[in-house]
Amino acid sequence: MTKTKLSRRDALRLGGLAAGGLAMPFYARNAFADTAPIKLGSLLDGTGALGLEGKRMIQTTEYAVELLNKSGGLLGRQIKLISYDTQSNMQLYTQYAQELALKEKVDVIQGGITSASREAIRPIFDRSKTLYFYNTQYEGGVCDRNVFCTGSTPAQTVNHIVDYAMKNWGKKVYIIAADYNYGHITASWMQKFTKDSGGSVLGTDFFPLDVTNFSSAISRIQQAAPEVVLSALVGANHSGFYRQWDAAGMKSKIPVASSVFGLGDELTTMDTSTTDGIITCYGWYNNLDTPASKAFVDGMQAKFGKDVTDLSELDTATFEGVMLWAEAVKKAGSVERDAVIKALESGLSIESPTGKVTMDPATHHTIRNTYLARPKNRTWEHLEHFPDSFPADTGGRCDLIKSPTTNKQFTPEI
Amino acid sequence: MDLAGLLAFNVVAGIATLALITIGLGVIYGMMRIINLAHGEFMMLGAYTAVTAVDAGVNIWIAMLILPPIVVGAISVVIERVVIRFLYGRMMDMMLATWGISLGLIGLVTTLYGNVVRGVSTPVGSFDIGPYGASLYSVVIVAVAVGVLGALYALLRLTKFGLILRATMQNPRMAAALGVSPDRIYMATFALGSALAGLAGGVLAPISGISPAMGAAYVARAFITVLGGGPAIIAGTGLASSLFGTINELVSFKTTPVIGDVALLFAAVLLIRILPQGITGRYLRRSL
Repeated sequence: MTKTKLSRRDALRLGGLAAGGLAMPFYARNAFADTAPIKLGSLLDGTGALGLEGKRMIQTTEYAVELLNKSGGLLGRQIKLISYDTQSNMQLYTQYAQELALKEKVDVIQGGITSASREAIRPIFDRSKTLYFYNTQYEGGVCDRNVFCTGSTPAQTVNHIVDYAMKNWGKKVYIIAADYNYGHITASWMQKFTKDSGGSVLGTDFFPLDVTNFSSAISRIQQAAPEVVLSALVGANHSGFYRQWDAAGMKSKIPVASSVFGLGDELTTMDTSTTDGIITCYGWYNNLDTPASKAFVDGMQAKFGKDVTDLSELDTATFEGVMLWAEAVKKAGSVERDAVIKALESGLSIESPTGKVTMDPATHHTIRNTYLARPKNRTWEHLEHFPDSFPADTGGRCDLIKSPTTNKQFTPEI
Repeated sequence: MDLAGLLAFNVVAGIATLALITIGLGVIYGMMRIINLAHGEFMMLGAYTAVTAVDAGVNIWIAMLILPPIVVGAISVVIERVVIRFLYGRMMDMMLATWGISLGLIGLVTTLYGNVVRGVSTPVGSFDIGPYGASLYSVVIVAVAVGVLGALYALLRLTKFGLILRATMQNPRMAAALGVSPDRIYMATFALGSALAGLAGGVLAPISGISPAMGAAYVARAFITVLGGGPAIIAGTGLASSLFGTINELVSFKTTPVIGDVALLFAAVLLIRILPQGITGRYLRRSL
């Protein structure tokens, strides 16, 4: 009779092998992970209506990743940039976002330009638990543990614009803004700041993005006779307002301040008589005279050619998004989402082209420098500098440390 | 009182702008029954012609008023020979083809000039109505619109070419039997309409943001005005522009541009309901 019964030793040996085999994916993954590149996903519009801004932001992302890789990568691993061109198309945003999160399983996402695109992809990354950086100057108020916003917000810029206008021009204000969520929320901020500093709002008008004729608007403004016009008009068609305002001879009568003017190429394509003197406030201007700022512009020009003269805050914010994430990964010693979020919430700060940038733990927005400037003869004339501007957009209502499950966009209380 | 003056001035300028962006489409649709979806892009080409010419140092008036119609007219002749002439009488195919042309032109201009907003400065200043400032350039627009409508009227009514043109549109076979080549007349009409669109683009260049996609902002209003105007090109365009321009401008002033556009569309729907053939389908039928 043959012996078919397993001995106790054989059984143990077999069991050990089986357990090891079953556990293979876990330890093998860790072993491979030590050398495999870290994946950084980018979703930006390289073509289409937003192609002008998006192209530079894509280049900035490439530049930042290259800088990191040249200095040895992160945690001894190289960074692989997986970049999708969303072509200014909302549908592609959701499609590519799913692909990056579920198929590529990237470690972090950097991207989104318009607020609409951000709101399209934010829930996708919340669900897939993929860390997300939104690097654009926007209307503020997003409060979501998974999302970090590096661009400047109205509480850091619009308040300075309104202050300047009230101090120098007068207290009677007329507001004109684009008719979508950016324009509406920014207009509420303008109303709030105006009232806070004792001014009065004579009227607020919203314009869909396809409005080209502003004659009725200009008549309404003239009838109301304000001392200041605050503009949150956006896009190619709306740039006609500034031309028609100038053509009607209003430029010398009522001064204009804007929350978005000059982010595109207005300074080089518009007449100086139209652009000069419009007050703006951003987190960075491309002629900012600091070594870090110059190094950024020089580095970009060395990589992408001398014609990169139209860099804006969108690009430095993108740069900061990548660098803040990299700093957090270094600090956490891991690319795991929770560890990186914890590091980002430790009051992390970096030196960037815009100066010192600190991630505010409570709101996941940046505490940053902002600058007030106006166009003068096709370049920016710097007027004021505000260090450590705080992202106070939510007025303390957003505290992701105390209540990490908050997930909404706060709008100003008026 | 001054405000009323300013408003009246704006209304007149609004009517002139509407007439200017519509008349080219009116010629092509009214005479040839072609739904030209590339109308806005012909305007865009006119605007780019003006910008390019001004950048090259050409006198701004020549760059705005003379060059755009010539350049756009020439481009449209090429397009007519290559695409349009094979599709006469096939309305749906023509719509598709012109839509394709419009996308192609947007792509071409984006490739050549980049997706940026460009502009030229206005050549004239401003003037005051009481305490209110108004743009002197609006006066230029009104003058150009009146000039264009007058010249078109003279061309169609007083010249032999106009007579042949009208005859061909009325009955191409009979015209052909009398020794006219309808093929060439169609080409000329299409070029004329496109040149007028180019002129509109050139004239509006100083007060609008010029980008490859700018045509889309104008084309809907132009179509509504053409349909509202009815078969008589000049009288129809003039009347429909006056009606819609006045409504749009006054309502926009009283409320917001959004409501202004709604009022314009509402008026158009009402008008088409009452007069399915447009204004000149019922009244002034024998006019041009």
